[in-house]
Amino acid sequence: MLENWQPACDFQHLRYRAKMLKIIRLFFEQRAVLEVETPLLCSATGTDPQLDFFSSFFHCAPKNKEMFLQTSPEFAMKRLLAAGSGSIFQICKAFRNAEVGRFHNPEFSILEWYRIDFTLEQLMDEVAELIIELSGASEQAVYKVSYKEVFEQITGLNPLLFCQESYAEYALKNDIKDAILLCGDNHSMWLDFIFSYKVQPALEGKFLCMVHGYPAIQSSLARINEDNPAVADRFEVFIKGIEIGNGFFELSDVNEQEKRFDQENESRRKQELSLVEKDHLFLDALRFGLPDCSGIALGLDRLLMVLSNAQSLNDVIAFPFERA
Amino acid sequence: MAKYSTNEFKAGLKIMLDADPCAIIENEFIKPGKGQAFNRVKIRNLKNGRVIERTFKSGESVEGADVMDIEVQYLYNDGEFWHFMEPETFEQYQADSNAVSEVVKWLKEQDICTMTLWNSSPLSVTPPNFVELAVAETDPGLKGDTSGGGGKPATMESGAVVRVPLFIQIGEMIRIDTRTGDYVSRVKE
Repeated sequence: MLENWQPACDFQHLRYRAKMLKIIRLFFEQRAVLEVETPLLCSATGTDPQLDFFSSFFHCAPKNKEMFLQTSPEFAMKRLLAAGSGSIFQICKAFRNAEVGRFHNPEFSILEWYRIDFTLEQLMDEVAELIIELSGASEQAVYKVSYKEVFEQITGLNPLLFCQESYAEYALKNDIKDAILLCGDNHSMWLDFIFSYKVQPALEGKFLCMVHGYPAIQSSLARINEDNPAVADRFEVFIKGIEIGNGFFELSDVNEQEKRFDQENESRRKQELSLVEKDHLFLDALRFGLPDCSGIALGLDRLLMVLSNAQSLNDVIAFPFERA
Repeated sequence: MAKYSTNEFKAGLKIMLDADPCAIIENEFIKPGKGQAFNRVKIRNLKNGRVIERTFKSGESVEGADVMDIEVQYLYNDGEFWHFMEPETFEQYQADSNAVSEVVKWLKEQDICTMTLWNSSPLSVTPPNFVELAVAETDPGLKGDTSGGGGKPATMESGAVVRVPLFIQIGEMIRIDTRTGDYVSRVKE
């Protein structure tokens, strides 16, 4: 039994991580994407009711104020993009409160990058190139599918058109009847439930799978598709069925962004969560103008975990939560 | 009883579910990067031993179950109840057949067992890992066969049927692993 002062992972995984970081930096250097740093400790945070954040207090009168550990570097990086940085990438820590498990550590490493003038399609290709470079997999191992297609294929349900009755009937027949009570008439929660329990496990056989065209109700910070308003220009990356990252054709409309913040705060209010002040610096940057770009964040610890066939994040992080 | 949030779920935690006391076996946190978090939990119903899977919305709270384990000595069976005593306090407990049905075949007077109490009444009894019982009935053994290969069924004084080596005779004491029901060894007097 390891004692708590000792690292949870073996040195082999420390070496894998170091090598992975080196490959990533080289990958972006070859593509002239600039490495940047933004603050981990920020004056504002996201409004997403699904993300619980850490906050802290800065003590130095008269500048006393609440500060937040970032849940992702997205807002700050978009401020750089708006200021004219060109394509950028960052490797940093992000923090999410109340998330711990085999696939979650409250402090984790993110690789986030933005490509000016890239379509979502181009970004998906670049993600595939990076994963191939890191894993040595062949191009045949890359599978792209739309959310609607894969969801329908596996469940027979239309994810874009909510029908509580048929969703409930599916849940009953497929051993996930808890969903009926938990999700009720909440379409988005139904999608999360069914996708996590049924669709994702079905992707385990695929090495790299990119699911694109998420339902518009799960658009997050992605634009709504120009031709089909039922879907968002968002994709998720799965390796062996494990979620590795989220990519967007980035929303740049400041009014739409502010509306989404307000809606999220409204739903925080309903769930009796604390309200979050909108990040005005970020909104000011959007108002100034965000160039058209696509961006993605990958969870590096998870990526390392799946590529090294580890079973838990604890196998790849030197000092995970319980030892931090 | 205290309430527990899904954040506090871990193996061994006792909670109430559908009015029955249950123990958490495994708790998996499931969360899409941008979406609802769930806890998929494997739970053992402590009344009937059945294992079920349940999903909770993360952050939900459930009632804890007032369940505790104590060490007790088995005294006797009066035909309806099985009587046990906590050796330190001399407190006596009577367990009904639901609580002991699975283990009655391993119970031997004076053995120390673990009793699980729910709201202070016996919910289940776990026998010691090893018990020593006398063989009540078995086919006559083959003298000189000490290989133990093959074996034969033997009925114990408590009613349990255990596979024993051929050389074991009626009246002998043997040691048995109650977790597997396997013969371990002969007990030398």
